[in-house]
Amino acid sequence: MDTLLLSRIQFGANISFHILFPTITIALGWMLLFFKLRLNATGDRKWMDAYMFWVKVFALSFAMGVVSGITMSFQFGTNWPGFMETVGNVAGPLLAYEIMTAFFLEAVFLGIMLFGASRVKPWVHTLATFLVAFGTTMSTFWIIVLNSWMHTPQGYELRDGVVFATNWFDIIFNPSMPYRFVHMLLASGLTVAFLIAGISALRMLWGDKGEDVKSALRVGIIAAAALIPIQILAGDMHGLNTLEHQPAKIAAMEGNWETGPNTPLVLFAIPDQAARENRFEIGIPNGASLILKHKASGVVPGLNDFIAQDGTVMHPRVAPVFFSFRIMIGTGVAMLLLSWTGLVLLRKYGAGHMPRLPLYAFCAMSFSGWIATLAGWYTTEIGRQPWLVQGVLMTKDAVSDVSAGMVLGTLIGYLVIYATLIVAYIGVITYLARKATKGESTPNRGYPRGGEANVTALQPGE
Amino acid sequence: MDMFGDPAVWLPWTFAALMGLSILIYVVLDGFDLGVGLLMPLAGEDEKDRLVASIGPFWDANETWLVLAVGLLLVAFPPAHGIILTALYLPVFVMLVGLILRGVSFEMRAKAPITQKRMWNSAFFAGSLMASLSQGFMLGMYIMGLTWKLPNIAFATLTAVFLTVGYSFIGAAWLIWKTEDQLQRRAIRWAKGGIWGLVMGIVAISVATPFVSTRIFDKWFSLPEIFYLAPLPILSGALVAFVWWQLSRLPLQNDRWSWTPFAAAIALFSLAYGGMAYSFYPYIVPEKITIYDAASAPESLFIILIGTLFVLPAILGYTMLSYYIFRGKATALRYN
Repeated sequence: MDTLLLSRIQFGANISFHILFPTITIALGWMLLFFKLRLNATGDRKWMDAYMFWVKVFALSFAMGVVSGITMSFQFGTNWPGFMETVGNVAGPLLAYEIMTAFFLEAVFLGIMLFGASRVKPWVHTLATFLVAFGTTMSTFWIIVLNSWMHTPQGYELRDGVVFATNWFDIIFNPSMPYRFVHMLLASGLTVAFLIAGISALRMLWGDKGEDVKSALRVGIIAAAALIPIQILAGDMHGLNTLEHQPAKIAAMEGNWETGPNTPLVLFAIPDQAARENRFEIGIPNGASLILKHKASGVVPGLNDFIAQDGTVMHPRVAPVFFSFRIMIGTGVAMLLLSWTGLVLLRKYGAGHMPRLPLYAFCAMSFSGWIATLAGWYTTEIGRQPWLVQGVLMTKDAVSDVSAGMVLGTLIGYLVIYATLIVAYIGVITYLARKATKGESTPNRGYPRGGEANVTALQPGE
Repeated sequence: MDMFGDPAVWLPWTFAALMGLSILIYVVLDGFDLGVGLLMPLAGEDEKDRLVASIGPFWDANETWLVLAVGLLLVAFPPAHGIILTALYLPVFVMLVGLILRGVSFEMRAKAPITQKRMWNSAFFAGSLMASLSQGFMLGMYIMGLTWKLPNIAFATLTAVFLTVGYSFIGAAWLIWKTEDQLQRRAIRWAKGGIWGLVMGIVAISVATPFVSTRIFDKWFSLPEIFYLAPLPILSGALVAFVWWQLSRLPLQNDRWSWTPFAAAIALFSLAYGGMAYSFYPYIVPEKITIYDAASAPESLFIILIGTLFVLPAILGYTMLSYYIFRGKATALRYN
């Protein structure tokens, strides 16, 4: 394999590992604020218990997100120097604003949020919690602005092959930004909703009868059931936006080779790029035309339109985009079915008497948000290829001239570490759940404010 | 934009200064928490938690200064960013892995089953060591002009060791300030054991830098510059003597002066850093590319600068708030 492909895999591995944790912390920050506000409003101990359990998951996820994020800031220079050299005038200010308005805010107030409860007034602690959640969301905003600009660039001009910003409003509010931003925030919300529901279900299966677990399960299911329809709608609108600006990506997602009307919706196929056709295709007649153009005679773009005169392929590799898209949709449908079933069961049985089978299902779906989020990002990012910045900069023109062996060696190093850490991460979350479940048997499970009682059993930083 | 003269001159200068400041703040702040990580194996099992507790509320924000420094290099001097980081590909990788290990084990050591705690403690130390060594190595390579030749690598290995020991010194100085009783007395011993790293590092860099380039040599050893610059080494020497004297008489009653080794360590790092900055200016890639050649378009820099003027004071403000809230001796980390 050459440096280009290896660098792409390495960047993909790094950013995939990284995005797992922000996806959790963005929405979990707001969820913690919700727990805290419920506690302030009701004074009910269960909200404190829920907060204390999930703040540990938050702290762990946040640390993982920070350290994997540092890697990202270096990857631009080590592997993709051409990126900043060409579009640095646009990407630079956006990244700078992310660091300055978001990273410091969340990092500093995280310390106060985690360890400052006994040192500051309650309202200051609530404010710190809010600022952390706000910081993660700001961070999402800026990075999505930059990413969206790479898909739908505008507000710039090219001088000697280098991009210069001409209109910052156009750059920030580029056509795909609102859709991508909403889609990502909802993805984070769903990831956290299913994580909370799943881990709470796990604790109930292990025999935890705490009020905090029941409430968390209820909150998780209701949030999931409320967000998933909005997400499906937002995803559909994002798709139509992509059709307008990146038709080659849509063609690859649909697995459609020839432009034309009455295009079927391909449910399953194995795209064969060499033969430029689908094998084992199962489709719904007129389906893609109906979804994308809202009429059976609607013309849907085909991949064969994106072959240059000299035969250069100007569309992404079809199979990865095609399959990632289907994995995302499949996970989304499973989320819809399970969360709405959960809602019905919640009304019928209440959170405390939920049958075991749906609890198992929620357990199994604990990390489904990760799968859908990664699949969605693979769809959109691989779908942009061969462009790094659509129509402006090709990926192959941005890669560094580091030797392939060096990239491969470090890639293997990263992969080993990432695999170990993901296992450790999931292991610790289940361990925390197990420990919290056991803790239920002790009658006094108090968290005195500022007092020293009852905390001897806690480890520092726990 | 034209208020201060040609924006293609003052904007790159301003950004070089901002980036330099971020790197210095990073070296001091993450220096002490990396240093605390390096001291972990020397601490008793019961003391390790206190070591971690002393940096708990801060380490996250400390590392953000690295992101800001690299971010400024990235946004203000894109070609230099590419050249420097491509040349330092391997040490950057080692540093990143070290920082990942460190950050993760910081959380894991407290949350994973108690049987794994030793393992995560080791990972915390290993991560700190990898990050410190690679940063020192990169410093050496940078001074030697970023070329992978054997003498350069040998020098970089030397600076790697010195910076690591220097970090352990500032970490120990931090602990003298933030801990008490027996642990504080041990920290004083560690500081005595580590100060040579910083001194040797400063000496090695001061000796080597002028011989790498005649330009730097002339900047230091010509009249009248040599008189303006004389306070730098003299002050550094005085500070080292002061630290040594303090370490020999601490701890004092009522914990008086316990903050002085840390303050002196900051001053020493800053002086050494200032000297280096003076040597390399105006080059950002040593002897190859100046900050003026490498700078982004003035329009883009200006947009960032406006934001910086509003945001940086706020960042400094709430960073100080955080250090104020967690003032005094370190206490056990608790979420409630």
